[in-house]
Amino acid sequence: MRVLKSLLATAALATGLAGAAMAEDKTKVGFIYVGPVGDGGWTYEHDQGRKAVEAAFGDKVETVYVESVSESNAEGPITQMALSGADLIFTTSFGFMDATLAVAEKFPNVKFEHATGYKQSDNVSVYSARFYEGRAVQGHIAGKMTQSNIIGYIASFPIPEVIRGINSAYIHAKKVNPDVQFKIIWAYTWFDPAKEADAAKALIEQGADVILQHTDSTAPQAAAKEAGNVITFGQASDMGEYAPHPRVSSIIDNWGPYYVARTKAVMDGTWESVSTWDGIGAGMVGIGDISDAVPADVKAEAEALRDALASGEYHAFTGPLNKQDGTPWLAEGETASDYGDDGLAGMGFYVEGIEAEIPSN
Amino acid sequence: MDLGQINPLLLLASLMVAATPILLAAIGEAVVEKSGVLNLGVEGMMITGAVVGFAIGVTTGAPSIGFVAAAVAGAALSMLFGVLVLYLKSNQVATGLGLTLFGLGLSALIGKPYEGIKAPTMAKWEIPLLSDIPVLGPIMFRHDPMVYVSLIIVALTWYVLTRTRAGLILRGVGENHNAAHALGYKVIRVRLMAIAFGGACAGMGGAYISLVRVPQWVEGMTAGAGWIALAIVVFASWRPWRVLLGAYLFGGISVLQLNLQAAGVPIPVEILAMSPYLITILVLVVISLRGNHGAPGSLGREFHATH
Repeated sequence: MRVLKSLLATAALATGLAGAAMAEDKTKVGFIYVGPVGDGGWTYEHDQGRKAVEAAFGDKVETVYVESVSESNAEGPITQMALSGADLIFTTSFGFMDATLAVAEKFPNVKFEHATGYKQSDNVSVYSARFYEGRAVQGHIAGKMTQSNIIGYIASFPIPEVIRGINSAYIHAKKVNPDVQFKIIWAYTWFDPAKEADAAKALIEQGADVILQHTDSTAPQAAAKEAGNVITFGQASDMGEYAPHPRVSSIIDNWGPYYVARTKAVMDGTWESVSTWDGIGAGMVGIGDISDAVPADVKAEAEALRDALASGEYHAFTGPLNKQDGTPWLAEGETASDYGDDGLAGMGFYVEGIEAEIPSN
Repeated sequence: MDLGQINPLLLLASLMVAATPILLAAIGEAVVEKSGVLNLGVEGMMITGAVVGFAIGVTTGAPSIGFVAAAVAGAALSMLFGVLVLYLKSNQVATGLGLTLFGLGLSALIGKPYEGIKAPTMAKWEIPLLSDIPVLGPIMFRHDPMVYVSLIIVALTWYVLTRTRAGLILRGVGENHNAAHALGYKVIRVRLMAIAFGGACAGMGGAYISLVRVPQWVEGMTAGAGWIALAIVVFASWRPWRVLLGAYLFGGISVLQLNLQAAGVPIPVEILAMSPYLITILVLVVISLRGNHGAPGSLGREFHATH
């Protein structure tokens, strides 16, 4: 399968290149996607960002992309893109981190931007969104709305971003509903609709009436719809076709403004390696419309929480909080730092109360 | 951990749903391979069936018509393979892989307008009387019709292959195409029909994912199910009932591992996640250790008619 995927990727790249050869003075921006652009979630939103770049610069820019690139085999497609004359390359999945750095070393004149990672270099910037702020809002709604007190969570890979999301959702669900319990399934994939549907069904069969997902397809939404009395949240994209029920709200990634700004920086020659981590406040994370399936008072609270997170008045990880093993993490009123020991960027532990173990990565 | 949270009835019922796509694809491929042709394009035919079945199902509002269309589309695509391999004598492995790549691309193209559209629901058949049997009833007799269709196809395949003259000819062609040719059987015609059957089954298997199991169209949604189907054919030593066993075993483990995770069973998740594949590999090793694989004698070999 892996061989096939890279074959496909190469074929797709070749097609992309054929149309690209004539434009020399244009700024060429490349995108490496982990899923298909039609996934309706994560990759779809990155591709919307790519379209925003095209819309902003018109003839002065040219974009290329390769979709469904295997995380374990990404060096080839990234190298080819760099060889084809791309000036700026966005690699849009955590698993592309090491491949991006390896290729960047060989192409010092090409600028790279890696999403959701933490390794920077002279020509590799990192950028991510504070999705956990959106998870806090979801957790609040989930905790208020669950009847069975069982919340199902379809996780992808045990990496800091996913663990942060679980913790943030749990903390805020627990805050409004002390009896809440999280059931977590690790799907070990970002995108496999059949498996995501099976995982959602398994959670629903075991009593979950809220499904949170950190995988990219809309399959869990469809499973929840079939079950009838289960609510879900759009992941990475609004997934509005499942509103107002089961999808009661969503986390929407908004990459467009960042991609436009970074492309502009390359054009102006002002590009520098930076680390960007923006949340609701900066507009990188959007909270999709909270539907009428949510009671008005819960909706108002969720919106207030969203606004407090946006203004910086409230931090999603505010003490007192203990780690799962009971050791203190944050003191009363203390907020989590981004980096350093026990910082958010490298988060590798559950908070107290979650009854599950993080698989070793 | 609380195993009591896993409802064995629901588990068995969802096992049948999870296994049906690979069962359909595998039984079709078993017939193709029994005729002596190795078609590695199962994944491509499945995904094409998935998109065509979904598109027609949505347009007509009738999933059953979608399944018929998916079977036709799968068979049509397989004919491309059949002509290349049987008449133009192209390499079966390379052509099959090509068919998979072609199917993945074609389905993405056809599927663009159908992204984000919801599928018409397929009513479950509650078989009268039988569905009221305690315990067994809800597991066995309250499914969508395709689950039963897939079981009927397995039974018919077994009957035709082992109990009829047509099946004997098909097996003869697969065991030794030169001998079959010398006896006057139309090797290429038999194989074309087998390949079309395989394509139709794979197409329906794909449509089951897009119309029932997920149900929606998402690009690349078969996500390797075609390859699992190919492994199951070997696992089953090319025997129809064992194909059923293999598919249900694989489907069962896939569903069970998700349920065990949700119930918080303290087995490392990595081991649970890889268990379906691990067990498939183990069984394949055991089968090959026994020596007699039961593979058709002419499997994958090129046939040149000698006059």
